Amino acid sequence: MPEAVFVARSLTKIYRNADVEVQALRGVDMTLYEGEVSVLLGPSGSGKSTLLNILGGLDSATSGDVRFRDHDLTGASERELTRYRRDHVGFVFQFYNLIPSLTAWENVALVTDIAPDPMTPSQALALVGLAPREKHFPAQLSGGEQQRVAIARAIAKRPDVLLCDEPIGALDSATGRVVLEAIERINAELGTTTAIITHNAPIRAMAHRVFTFHDGRIASQSLNAERKPAREIVW
Amino acid sequence: MRALDRKSWRDALRLWTQIAAVALVMASGVMTIVLAVGAYRSLLETRETYYDRYGFAHVFASAMRAPNRLRDDVLAIPGVIAAELRVVENVIVSMPGMAEPASGRAVSIPDFSDPSVNRLYLRSGRMPDPARAGEIALDERFAKAHRLGVGDTFTAIMNGRERGLTVAAIVLSPEYIYALGPGDIMPDDRRFAVFFMPRSALEGLFDMGGAFNDIAIRLLRGASEQDVIDNVDRLLDPYGGAGAHPRIEQLSHAFLDSELSQLYAMARVMPPVFLFVSAFLVNMILSRLVALEREQIGLLKACGYTSLEVALHYARLVIVIVAIGLIVGSVVGDWLGQATTRLYSQYFSFPFLVFRRSGDLFAIAAIVSLASAFAGAFKAIRDAARLAPAVAMQPPAPARYRSLIGGGAARRFRAPPLLVMAFRHFVRRPLRSALTTLGLSMSVALLVTAMASLDEIDEMIDIVFSRTERADATLVFAGAKPPSVLDDARRLPGVLAVEGYRSLLVTLRNGARQKRAAITGRPRGADLSLMLDRNLKPLEAPDHGVALTERLARHLDVGVGDTVEIEVRAGKRRTVDVPVTAINKSFLGLSADMALSEIDRLAGDGPRVTSASLLIDATQAGRLYEKVKKTPSIAAITLQGISLVRFHETIAENITTMTVIYTALAVVIGFGVVYNSMRIQFSERARELASLRVLGFTRLEVAGVLFAEIALIVVLAQPVGWSVGALFAWSVSKGFESDLFTIPFVMHPPTFAYASIVAVASAAATGLIVKRRVDRLDMVRGLKTRE
Repeated sequence: MPEAVFVARSLTKIYRNADVEVQALRGVDMTLYEGEVSVLLGPSGSGKSTLLNILGGLDSATSGDVRFRDHDLTGASERELTRYRRDHVGFVFQFYNLIPSLTAWENVALVTDIAPDPMTPSQALALVGLAPREKHFPAQLSGGEQQRVAIARAIAKRPDVLLCDEPIGALDSATGRVVLEAIERINAELGTTTAIITHNAPIRAMAHRVFTFHDGRIASQSLNAERKPAREIVW
Repeated sequence: MRALDRKSWRDALRLWTQIAAVALVMASGVMTIVLAVGAYRSLLETRETYYDRYGFAHVFASAMRAPNRLRDDVLAIPGVIAAELRVVENVIVSMPGMAEPASGRAVSIPDFSDPSVNRLYLRSGRMPDPARAGEIALDERFAKAHRLGVGDTFTAIMNGRERGLTVAAIVLSPEYIYALGPGDIMPDDRRFAVFFMPRSALEGLFDMGGAFNDIAIRLLRGASEQDVIDNVDRLLDPYGGAGAHPRIEQLSHAFLDSELSQLYAMARVMPPVFLFVSAFLVNMILSRLVALEREQIGLLKACGYTSLEVALHYARLVIVIVAIGLIVGSVVGDWLGQATTRLYSQYFSFPFLVFRRSGDLFAIAAIVSLASAFAGAFKAIRDAARLAPAVAMQPPAPARYRSLIGGGAARRFRAPPLLVMAFRHFVRRPLRSALTTLGLSMSVALLVTAMASLDEIDEMIDIVFSRTERADATLVFAGAKPPSVLDDARRLPGVLAVEGYRSLLVTLRNGARQKRAAITGRPRGADLSLMLDRNLKPLEAPDHGVALTERLARHLDVGVGDTVEIEVRAGKRRTVDVPVTAINKSFLGLSADMALSEIDRLAGDGPRVTSASLLIDATQAGRLYEKVKKTPSIAAITLQGISLVRFHETIAENITTMTVIYTALAVVIGFGVVYNSMRIQFSERARELASLRVLGFTRLEVAGVLFAEIALIVVLAQPVGWSVGALFAWSVSKGFESDLFTIPFVMHPPTFAYASIVAVASAAATGLIVKRRVDRLDMVRGLKTRE
């Protein structure tokens, strides 16, 4: 049994906005394991992104416990969370969130500059197959290329975990597959614990572990006895 | 209220800090209009009313001693409606409780009637009775400074004899609205007394029976001033006429004029600066708002709102800004205008002050601020109106960046990516960046301009008091005296050194160009009153020929090596050609200089002196003053040291007020520009800043991206502000130039430093305000923000 990386217990999250209360998480228990790819499935509003944001230190839970290895994320201060993200977490978002004023190489360098033990930006870009596009600005890249730059940026610091929120949500399936292959390769070559949020059910085939969300809770959890390579997945 | 109106109000409330920042800049513009134009009009109107009611003269002239029978000839000159033939004499006044002697000017008034020209305003008492010896009408300022009232007495040395004078009336004269004692550069009410005496009494004291030495002439509207001056000169020539001059060369009038031109310059320079900056800020805010609300505009249009309705919707926000600016600016401007007008009573003696609130002024302010705000808003409003709904619902094309100095430069030099981001954002919108820089530079320029005037005053003091007039005191003799008076002066108590000078009235000519001026004869090796060359180095009076001041040389169109014709206007009148052997620098008056021996030869009446510069032992000053008050041959005494102290006192208070006001205005501009620029940057870049936070950058590092760009703007704004400020200061100093005085154009490094420190400090403080927002940045929400 691999070691647990994330352990979440009875997590709840309530958003209070003036006089409206929205309960995004209603008691989530979940464990993610070292080196595994986990896919989190569920309709929009089911709480996947909220959970991912809490795991990534972008947000904090209203109640419950969440631990990253020996770090307690529940009571962490703003400063500690910044440190945590900087040292351990790589993020990939649906809309890439690249800095438009920096080239692909520079977008990656943004992270390698502040990470303790990074690979070079060129190595990271090579891992996602973008070595020839290093000098291009985001506006000069296709959507798939931009997302791969975002992945390169996320993994360049050799993060312990890679959190991907709808990484192929804005891409066509051919491009999406290239992106998934990149994620798959990172996981295989670097052993980075990876969590992928998606509402594309077929993608579950590439995961070690699959969670389905419904209405702020985990509705089911399963292990794939056999994983399918990303390039074979069709949706 | 319609839904769209509600949106306007909520937008205004939501953007209130940005709106307030722009409105404040606009208010400053309105304030300067109301203040400068209001004060200008008040001062001008007060002066014109006063001149008109009290018959202020148009032409002035003096002579040695001219017969009263010339009156008919003067009145016969075409265009002359009234002429007052007067006796005007300088005297020494001795006041109990004041060690140093004061200067006085005694002016004759008709025995039994009001003067026909330069009538007096009677503040209290009754006009002096010629039958009662020593009755005078005393100028209000001296009376106030010494708390003299009707019935009080003091003594004056008149024509060498001590006379008791009794105050019968306290008066004001349009001729002495600004009264400057001999040798002073700032009015000193304690040390300069102007008083008016019945003609019969004064001519008796000065042996001027049947004669006059001063004339004031009033002209018909439209009469030719120059023709009258020429005629008067012709009439007075045989009697030692010193040359008639028009009103604009009259001291009091000229100083008022320079004050007016200062206000005029302020009204011309300042409001456009503020209106330009506020127009630019309106443009920034509105462009951003329209960009942010692109989909909303599309939606409004899709729902059936017309382009005009959309345009009006955004125009309403502009009107809110202008309304706030107008109200705040008008109230503050009106208040400051009244305060300024009252301040004039410190320098200018008016019997009344006209401060009128003119409606048209506020209307002008409203029109120009509306016009400038809409000039700034035009493009954004037009873009909003023209946006097609289908296009508006689509996100705008992504921002395009490029690397400026070759793709790999940033990488090769390992420039920190956060800096690269700031720099590329700066150059992506060169026009906006340039305008932001220019806007901020105005804050620097404004302070540089204001502070430069202090440098100029310092320079003036330095040049006048430490480099040229180095004497502690100057004795002015009653007429030209033989050099033996210098031995008398040397024997006065406490006198350490004495130098004799001679002043001679002449007309200088070069072809058709001519100018009346006084030539000063300087002793060889003069040390107490120096002449300076163009580089402000001491210049010895030439052995042969004449040295002219720059302005006089320019006026006569001559240079070193040329010859000027000099006509001596006193004593043995003659005309000689003299070579110009040096050009010197002087900031007061139009003067020419020669060696003392040369001027004696020119005058042809043997060695003479008209004044003596003294170096005195300060501990003996009291005894010296006592002696001077009793020495008949001394007509006046100038005390440079006391003048300087007085000058500093008067100016210090105003400098503080001025510095505070201009600093506040500079801070308003700095805040307006930096705040809006950073807020808009922040809004445009919320998404990428949130991304940086997600990537693990600290709040400080993320705020650093915003700071880096604004820092770049702040740095670039400094040299621009210095240059623009220097240009403004230069034009202001040029605007002051007249035959009476020239302002040296100088600027010292601390001026630039102060302006920059204020600009940088206000930018930094503003940055900290914005940083609080960056700290509150919600990462999750920021990631969803539109760029």
